Amino acid sequence: MSNNIPSDLKYTKSHEWVRQAQNGAIEIGITDHAQSALGDLVFVEVPDVGRALSAGEACAVVESVKAASDVYSPLAGKVIANNGALASKPELLNEDPYGTGWLFRLETTGSAAVSSLMSASAYETFLAEESK
Amino acid sequence: MAFIPHTSDDIARMLEVIGARSIEDLFDEIPAELRAGTLNVPSALSEMEIGRLMTERAAIDGRPLNFIGAGAYEHHIPAPVWAIATRGEFYSAYTPYQAEASQGTLQLIYEYQSMMCALTGMEVSNASLYDGASALAEACLMAVRSNRSSTSRRILIPRAVNPTYTQVAQAIAGNQDINFVPVDFDRSAGRTLLEALKPHAGQDFTALVVQQPNFFGSLEEVDALTDWAHENKIMLIAVVNPTSLALLKPPGQWGAVVAGAQGADIVCGEGQALGVPLASGGPYFGFMATRMQYVRQMPGRIVGRTVDLEGRPGFSLTLQAREQHIRRSKATSNICTNQGLMVTAATIYMSLLGPRGLEAVAQASMQRTADLIAALTQVAGVKRAFTAAHFHEAVLLLDRPPAAVLAALSRRGILGGLDLSERYPELGHAVLVCATETKLAVDIESYAAALADVMSASRAAA
Repeated sequence: MSNNIPSDLKYTKSHEWVRQAQNGAIEIGITDHAQSALGDLVFVEVPDVGRALSAGEACAVVESVKAASDVYSPLAGKVIANNGALASKPELLNEDPYGTGWLFRLETTGSAAVSSLMSASAYETFLAEESK
Repeated sequence: MAFIPHTSDDIARMLEVIGARSIEDLFDEIPAELRAGTLNVPSALSEMEIGRLMTERAAIDGRPLNFIGAGAYEHHIPAPVWAIATRGEFYSAYTPYQAEASQGTLQLIYEYQSMMCALTGMEVSNASLYDGASALAEACLMAVRSNRSSTSRRILIPRAVNPTYTQVAQAIAGNQDINFVPVDFDRSAGRTLLEALKPHAGQDFTALVVQQPNFFGSLEEVDALTDWAHENKIMLIAVVNPTSLALLKPPGQWGAVVAGAQGADIVCGEGQALGVPLASGGPYFGFMATRMQYVRQMPGRIVGRTVDLEGRPGFSLTLQAREQHIRRSKATSNICTNQGLMVTAATIYMSLLGPRGLEAVAQASMQRTADLIAALTQVAGVKRAFTAAHFHEAVLLLDRPPAAVLAALSRRGILGGLDLSERYPELGHAVLVCATETKLAVDIESYAAALADVMSASRAAA
């Protein structure tokens, strides 16, 4: 199983990754492990720009031929951008989950910081535990 | 198939395992007032005795001359419809998960979907739902999922929509935090009042429901209603009678073209009129169609045409990742029952009639209703309630309470219409009547003569 875990990102137990962007904004996607487990994606639904999200709220859906899974917002915030390219090219998420396959960008509003999320090594340990 | 009944020992052991005292306990969730009560049938009869008992009971109903519609319609069903539908290959129609063993059923559903798209003018249809009323409830839930510009979960529902549908939608969707806001109708025209929508302009509503023809049989101003909804970022849910679509503009063409899109966003309704007999409320089937942009929010099965590994055409269930057998509690809907056998009959019915046949049925029904209204309004104390154009139903006003009049007609073997005085007290002594192609001139004459008799006898007795 594909298992690329870039060390400069943060992670959640529901397999989202978080990239710290400029001005306190964060970029969110799903991990290589998650895309690989889902298989070929046929549809991706991203949250609308302007939508306010609470931490842990289901806000996107990734759909393969065999399953449709929710994506949860890692932190509270307001959606400032979404990846419109996924509407016609959901395969971007399979091909490049940490790059062109990003899902949305969030301006965080809550007190919880990106630093509260899992590091790459913690996520790697978590995956190892989960697969036991 | 062997039928082996449970012995009382089997039943006692099963009840013990699940910790119930009696079989009655298992029905505790159903309120007592909704239970059927006893059937008044002796506990054990031979096959011959039970056959005789049932024949006698059925005879009590008689074969009344029926002028009631109100959502379920008596149309002629050509003999081949059920002769074909009940063939062994179709009879066990159930969700065909196994494409390799179900190509015939899958192709039939695919044809059904294509026909419903052609009738409604929409881009995609599902494989059917449970019935018309629950299809409306599903359409409301779907609108809440689909309308990204609305967060209110409020739906405008005209009082001219079938009140049973409104009640069912309320029961199903009301428990999911969706609020229904009524819209009044024009007392003289008998159709939804555009003026009654004006105060809601600019507010956040998720959807507007429009029934065409409406519950009173009147034709709504669908273009104006659709445009008003879309101008206010409100989705339009159309509830339509499929027979009427052979004559009326399909919901996919209602209103103006805005940014390349036109018409209703979701279309649903009751499919019974397409070859399913009247039978104490069911089994009937619901239908639903929408635009491609909302297909992932549509509940129920969809059959798609595809090719196998060798490039040969075939059919399979498609877009099912959001259905309950995969997504469990997060499924798009938990009413995914498709009424396979009813849909089989409807598909055969539509195939046999073709577009011209269905149009002839619709035209004849409309004409017979016009004849019926003309004949009945000749009777002293009977007039039309509304001025709007109608399809194959209309409301009459009597000069006395309808209940006694309808009861007297029923004793003469005529079901004279549906008494609206409880549901719509503001209309007065209102009765909803319907005639389809099954009612001949002689039937209409019989009804008019019986009504004249009953009305004058009632007047003399007063």
